[in-house]
Amino acid sequence: MTETIGTPILEAPLAEGAKDQHMVINMGPQHPATHGVLRLVLEIDGEIIVRLYPEVGYLHTGIEKTCEAKFYQQVVPLTDRINYLDPLSNNLCYCLAVEKLLGLEAPEKAKWLRVLLVELSRINSHLIWLGTHAMDIGALTVFLYTFREREDILRLFEAVAGQRMMTSYFRIGGLSMEPPLDFLDRVQAFIRTFPEKIDEYANLLTGNPIFANRLKGVGYLSPADAIALGVTGPPMRASGVDFDLRRDMPYSGYEKFQFNVPISTVGDCWARYEVRLVELRESVKIIQQALDGMPEGPVKADAPKIVLPDREKMKTQMEALIHHFKIVTEGFEVPAGEVYQGIEAGHGQTGYYVVSDGTAKPYRVHMRYPSFATLQALETMCQGRMLADVVAVIGSIDIVLGEIDR
Amino acid sequence: MTQSPTIAGKAAVLEAMPGHPAIKAVLAWNSGALTDAKFDRNELTLTIASEQIRAAAAAVQAAGYNFFEDMTAVDWFPSAPRFQLSYHILSHAFKEHIRLRVLVDEANPSVASITRVWPSANYYEREVFDLFGIRFEGHPNLRRIMMPDDWVGHPLRKDYPVEGYR
Repeated sequence: MTETIGTPILEAPLAEGAKDQHMVINMGPQHPATHGVLRLVLEIDGEIIVRLYPEVGYLHTGIEKTCEAKFYQQVVPLTDRINYLDPLSNNLCYCLAVEKLLGLEAPEKAKWLRVLLVELSRINSHLIWLGTHAMDIGALTVFLYTFREREDILRLFEAVAGQRMMTSYFRIGGLSMEPPLDFLDRVQAFIRTFPEKIDEYANLLTGNPIFANRLKGVGYLSPADAIALGVTGPPMRASGVDFDLRRDMPYSGYEKFQFNVPISTVGDCWARYEVRLVELRESVKIIQQALDGMPEGPVKADAPKIVLPDREKMKTQMEALIHHFKIVTEGFEVPAGEVYQGIEAGHGQTGYYVVSDGTAKPYRVHMRYPSFATLQALETMCQGRMLADVVAVIGSIDIVLGEIDR
Repeated sequence: MTQSPTIAGKAAVLEAMPGHPAIKAVLAWNSGALTDAKFDRNELTLTIASEQIRAAAAAVQAAGYNFFEDMTAVDWFPSAPRFQLSYHILSHAFKEHIRLRVLVDEANPSVASITRVWPSANYYEREVFDLFGIRFEGHPNLRRIMMPDDWVGHPLRKDYPVEGYR
């Protein structure tokens, strides 16, 4: 049974009275400026966008369905694959949601390390945005600079998790293991030089007249539209809506950190560029505070039936071996209930809705990802603008197709 | 994380948190439409009669819950009513989430679309239509969003096998 209602967009009538002048063209799904596989159906009048219709789903892998067949702890590696540019935020959001269901709290040191790593992950995500956005606009050089620093961050991720991109480092109840001994020094070395690197990017772009002309006044989004269309994160704050979950609804110990939330009231692509550049500097401040105040202690919660024991204990203590065996083969039961946990990820508000029926497998996992909602605002931002501006706007809202399609 | 105790049932929640802005708004609008309520793990869930969801959404929106954050469904197969829709609404002013919950029967599952209240619900309702087969009356463009247009079945239903039909 095929259930399709509504008119497929390509067969839809063009705007009334303009059938001879308007043209429908296809952009993507194989297009370098769509950052993945996004297909846009555009109705254009000459070079002017009349309507724009995003067609998504090319990367749909049914991750939500897969989650229902896994134990709770086996879902963590799936979350990395959804937004591969900001992996640790996904891990964090899922772990916080399940911890809320369990009534379990990660130890203090795990919370601080989580904040530190999530901020590194945010820098990682913003660096990719900056490099690819500038490259779309024609400033090819910046990409080489931002990927130089991204490489440093990926090395830090590798040091701590053993993986460069698919980190899966956070566990329900803490972290998978202690970070290596020199890890904090390496982060400190990175943070010491990184603000100069931000200046370097700004030098290449802020004074660049081509870059400025392509972004200023392009893709305007009003604060009311940002809220109505579900836009979150830097694009929302660049439209003048002052809300950041890290500051306003703190999670994972964010209430202990001092940072500013950059806001702009201009609402165009340039404002989004400026907001993200300031966010990079604020992330550096948060990481510095995390390094200075890093508490001592364990990185795993004391919950032997939920958190896997250390390897050494597992090999020497009978009880630990039993717990290890039980967790790996049978998982752990989570009390029935439903929770929604939202966090501020690099692209905007990520949320995990986890429903438990009291068994060891989640009954339902739903992910709210910012790009999915932000994409709905694309038409509003592009209508009446030139075709070439679509590329600038897509770059400026920083979407990841992996998290749209899931 | 200090967790407050669970408060279950409409009467108990109304008694425990009479000043809550969302509860006040729903009661002032139509107290009969609120069929159940629960406060669990610091999250407030208000169950709304399914034919009233659009008006309920408008009522909480007017009360300051200005941001539609997320909407999805849960399939409670084989119990009845089979589907649960969960709307997560955020208030920038109160810095708080609420969950509106709607129960939908298996036979001809259909509820009113809230896209007129929050246009951002558009893609979310399409997703639920695609993956659960629940229709949203008044939706401007209710087409499949993830699966191909000619796909058969609704993958997130519990009677749809994880590995698909072979």
